[in-house]
Amino acid sequence: MKRFSWFNATSLTFGFAFLYLPMIILIIYSFNSSKLVTVWAGFSTRWYGELMQNEDMLDAAWATLKVAVFSSTLATILGTMAAYVLVRAGRFAGRTLFSGMIYAPLVMPEVITGLSLLLLFIGIGLDRGILTIVLAHTTFAMCYVSVVVSSRLTSFDRSLEEAALDLGCSPFEAFRLVTLPIIAPAVISGWLLAFTLSLDDLVIASFTTGPSATTLPIKIFSAVRLGVSPEINALSSIMIGLVTLGVISASLISKRAAVARAKDEQAAAGA
Amino acid sequence: MTQPAFSPWDDPAATPLIQFRNVTKRFGTFTAIEGLSLDIFEREFFALLGPSGCGKTTMMRMLAGFEDVTEGQILLNGQDIAPVPPNKRAVNMMFQSYALFPHLSVWDNIAFGLRRDRMRKDAVASRVDEMLRLTRLEKFANRKPHQISGGQRQRVALARSLAKAPKLLLLDEPLGALDKKLRQDTQFELMDIQETTGTTFVIVTHDQEEAMTVASRVAVMDEGKLMQVATPDQIYEAPNSVYVADFIGDVNIISGRASQSGDKVAIAWAEGEPQIQGTTSRQFAPGQTCHFAIRPEKVAISAQKPDAPNVLRGKVLDIAYLGNISTYHVELPTGTIIKAQTANTRRIARRSFTWEDPVWISFSDTAGVLLEH
Repeated sequence: MKRFSWFNATSLTFGFAFLYLPMIILIIYSFNSSKLVTVWAGFSTRWYGELMQNEDMLDAAWATLKVAVFSSTLATILGTMAAYVLVRAGRFAGRTLFSGMIYAPLVMPEVITGLSLLLLFIGIGLDRGILTIVLAHTTFAMCYVSVVVSSRLTSFDRSLEEAALDLGCSPFEAFRLVTLPIIAPAVISGWLLAFTLSLDDLVIASFTTGPSATTLPIKIFSAVRLGVSPEINALSSIMIGLVTLGVISASLISKRAAVARAKDEQAAAGA
Repeated sequence: MTQPAFSPWDDPAATPLIQFRNVTKRFGTFTAIEGLSLDIFEREFFALLGPSGCGKTTMMRMLAGFEDVTEGQILLNGQDIAPVPPNKRAVNMMFQSYALFPHLSVWDNIAFGLRRDRMRKDAVASRVDEMLRLTRLEKFANRKPHQISGGQRQRVALARSLAKAPKLLLLDEPLGALDKKLRQDTQFELMDIQETTGTTFVIVTHDQEEAMTVASRVAVMDEGKLMQVATPDQIYEAPNSVYVADFIGDVNIISGRASQSGDKVAIAWAEGEPQIQGTTSRQFAPGQTCHFAIRPEKVAISAQKPDAPNVLRGKVLDIAYLGNISTYHVELPTGTIIKAQTANTRRIARRSFTWEDPVWISFSDTAGVLLEH
């Protein structure tokens, strides 16, 4: 059978063009030396240089990074804990409800998540700023982490924990010394996923931010309303790069761990 | 010089290491263990044997502390262990799956339990090295569990569970994952190690040959109850029920009505067939249903009519040739099939009977056991 037919080649080209052409054009125009976005005037890295001089942009970038690091770390801790309880605690009253509820934000429209968080923060009188964005991002990223971690935990051999207890570990020590190191790849890829999600979130951040804090997506969105500048193209290209890096490393880490696990299991079965 | 026989269970003055006192375990409405009492003594190699689902693993998990006791008590050295969590018990367990920590080397796996006891570094090191020597794993100390073979992994699991010098070592189907040859070698290794360390071993297995080989005493279990607890030879030679006789090894069971005079019993088992003569210390009422159990190797088969207390005629239905021995399936005129086993001391071509040949089977009046149920 001929594997590479013209039909396949065409489908592939169109599919990928549809997905990636806009981004490629954006990246290409970020190297445009002209101030007019739509007119190509030769290659230059000028706008990247100017971006580095733009205090506003740098502040926003710094804020975004802070939010992403703190919220993804918090989300990882909470998400891992939730996953552990859901997989390990056996049956308890309301377990099905709880596990359903933890996955609900995955399909909840962001506008609703953002609005409800905003109402909550106003209700409890919390000043909106970096802190509220961190809390909001933690809330919605946590369920992604718990999905990733709980899928790893379900295939985790329970007798490893029992062996740790048997050898004198307290339940917490067993988790720290045995469970956590083994599920670490899943936890790390959960963190990277949460980090990436936080980095490019616009909707929830706009709902929960205050005058003191502006993240990059918010900055870009408001700047674009005044007209697209090549500087924004440069900034967006950098963000595309960062997000790509995050997603690729997350999938690589979990894939490598899966391959290693398959190898172990094969070795164990073949022995 | 003969060693005094190791049999603390016959000594009324001996105090057991473990005592199950009327232990019952329920999972919801399912009763896994029912009113079970059992004593296990120090330095014993005790086997829990039974089909899957008979409750043997539950008993082990209760000893390790992974399952609570629903009713009754388990005493270790006279102390109720119910309130002691698994990490505080002087009991270690070797898991069926070995449960080696995949992220730690063989050395660190063995050191794991010692480090939890805040033992000094050099003491840990010398103990781990001792364990590696005992299990002949010195060369593999730095390997990860997935880099060694199944047999080596089994030894790491054993070394790890022995490292803390527990009072009691629990082994859950420890040899299940090994092939037959390796399993036999390892059985003898286990016995050696058990003798060297003087640790009390409790092994769970469904493999009756394994239980017979390694254990000082065997408990045969069925549906959460102990059917018989005795030494391997007693279990084999003097089973107390048809269930035990049937579970351990191969057996012929002939049921009939007893008529007893003294310790001799004649069993009327079929119209027109001679009664079977047996010997028993039990008492059977006249006409009581009884089961005569006899092992195939205690049944002789011959072409000429022999002179023996029990002689029955039949024809060869099937021959299972196992190399060193052959098992003949002999069909009696009543349709009953009796298995007789003989050693193949002559070349197979010189065998004096084959399929469909009429033969005589015979056995002495003390070869079988009479059972009430």
